[in-house]
Amino acid sequence: MAPVSVRRLTRRYGPLKALDDVSIEFSDGGFYGLLGPSGSGKTTLLRLIAGFDPLDGGSILIDGEDVGRVPVERRRIGMVFQSYALFPNMSVADNVGFGLSVRGAARAEIDREVGRALELVRLEGLGARRPHQLSGGQRQRVALARAIVTRPRVLLLDEPLGALDRALRDDMQVELKRIQREVGLTTIFVTHDQEEALTLSDRIGILKDGRLVEEGPPEEIYNRPQTAFGATFLGHANLLEAEVEPEGLRIAGAGSLLPPPGDRLPAAGSRVLVALRPERIAISAAAPGSPGILRGRVVQRLFAGSRVTYFVDGPAGSIRVVTANAGDPILGPGAEVNLHWADDAVSILQR
Amino acid sequence: MTPAARVLALAGPLFLGLLLGFLYLPIAVMALMSFNASPFYTLPIRWSFDWYLAAAGNRQLLDATWNSVSIALASTAISTLLGTMAALALHRHSFRGKRLLQALLFPPIAIPWLITGTAMLVFFFGTGIGRGLHAILLGHVALSIPYVVIVVSARLATFPPDLEEAARSLGASPWQVARRVTLPWIAPGVVAGALFAFAVSFDQFVVSYFLATPGQSTLPVEIYAAIRKGFTPEINAVSTVVIAVSMSLMLLASRHFRFGGER
Repeated sequence: MAPVSVRRLTRRYGPLKALDDVSIEFSDGGFYGLLGPSGSGKTTLLRLIAGFDPLDGGSILIDGEDVGRVPVERRRIGMVFQSYALFPNMSVADNVGFGLSVRGAARAEIDREVGRALELVRLEGLGARRPHQLSGGQRQRVALARAIVTRPRVLLLDEPLGALDRALRDDMQVELKRIQREVGLTTIFVTHDQEEALTLSDRIGILKDGRLVEEGPPEEIYNRPQTAFGATFLGHANLLEAEVEPEGLRIAGAGSLLPPPGDRLPAAGSRVLVALRPERIAISAAAPGSPGILRGRVVQRLFAGSRVTYFVDGPAGSIRVVTANAGDPILGPGAEVNLHWADDAVSILQR
Repeated sequence: MTPAARVLALAGPLFLGLLLGFLYLPIAVMALMSFNASPFYTLPIRWSFDWYLAAAGNRQLLDATWNSVSIALASTAISTLLGTMAALALHRHSFRGKRLLQALLFPPIAIPWLITGTAMLVFFFGTGIGRGLHAILLGHVALSIPYVVIVVSARLATFPPDLEEAARSLGASPWQVARRVTLPWIAPGVVAGALFAFAVSFDQFVVSYFLATPGQSTLPVEIYAAIRKGFTPEINAVSTVVIAVSMSLMLLASRHFRFGGER
């Protein structure tokens, strides 16, 4: 249990920069989600913190101690691998007790701690099994128990739920969160699944091409994205071109000027890109007097039970709208519609 | 069943039977004849242990057997240790000339032993190593190492790299990782490599023949010399003992290690 900070971290693979000047503070006991497409550098960052690969620049501090030159085995970390990496020649109990045993702990202490860890992950009584006799979800729990039984300073999770099917994954998310809270470990979690990152993390960093492009609490980076990449990678935000006028933003074809969103407004006359969340847009059949900022025509409708997604063509381009299915009549392709949203649904993006 | 399928269904067991027959019948005949009092293989068998007693009194044959066993054990120990270490190094590190080194491991297996033996004889003479049991041991180790490296490397190729990383992340030193994770994984390969190494040395005739000195030879060389002088069923007796011992060792090994598979 310790804060971790990485400062100006760089890692090269030949001419390619897998990580480029990344600095992040991981708070003590926090659950930090590292999100990004494959090749974005998120696993590289995790492996650098673990100590598997050498740094090409920058520093890593665990609990204030610079661990740049400390070998993996002395960093006191816990790691869960995507493949679980359970030792096939050992029983579940020996797998979980491995970290204590290599530190020279007494047999009785190992047994007690292993029992406690297996209880925590709800695998009591399975200690004598071999890894190949377990289901995927059970192996995942063993890997987690093995990583936390040594009371590491930081828990590193590399796509730990990636190999599980959807239903099991949802269950394990809840479990993982419970266990993390009970143990109070500083946790760094790598995933490419945005929903998983939003659900589990209390802070998220989005990486792209080795750079940290977006960072903050899940609500904040979801509701107020700073970059076009962040806005579209997390949920499918609509990106609209707008022109800045002294009194507000003008979106091409919009009936009225948008009041400036909470952010600072760029200089009048400049062109900006704004993000608009699909679920923040209200859609209604165009009728005289119905509220509308933009007019358009439905070109496609996807009905998904609880939600309905519309693709609306208008003067500002194609706009995605997601509405909750609240029993309203469902609009069909070809329908003329009005789109409306609250003032704070719009965020101005950095260029 | 169609007639063709019926023929095939019969052909399988027949083929297997012939295979086992050709492998084991000569051995069975030899073992039986080692208990036959007649030196001319006359039937019916008159049971006796005379040839075993004769073999037990044959100093030269016993010395050669002892030489063979000790050289094979020493050669196995040395080549298994060196070969396993080499396989681990080749697996873990990349360095200049690695591929060339790996490629150079195969030819010794393909080069006829007659040629290797001649070359070793010339080389050992030229360098002053000379002939004798030490030269035979040296030659056997050199012949066995490629087998060990290749068998252990094949096993290592299936080793998931994140097992070692997991062990290190849990605080295991490189030595603990090797002893508790890597070695248990490659153990079947090491045992198979050791069996190969033992077989290469214990079966070795050609290289031993070139490097042996008249008073100091190994069992295959001694058997060859004995046959040239005039065959006696003593050889059957000694060979039967050797086969009994080596077969029990192999069966024991195959019970303790599952070759070629997990679980």
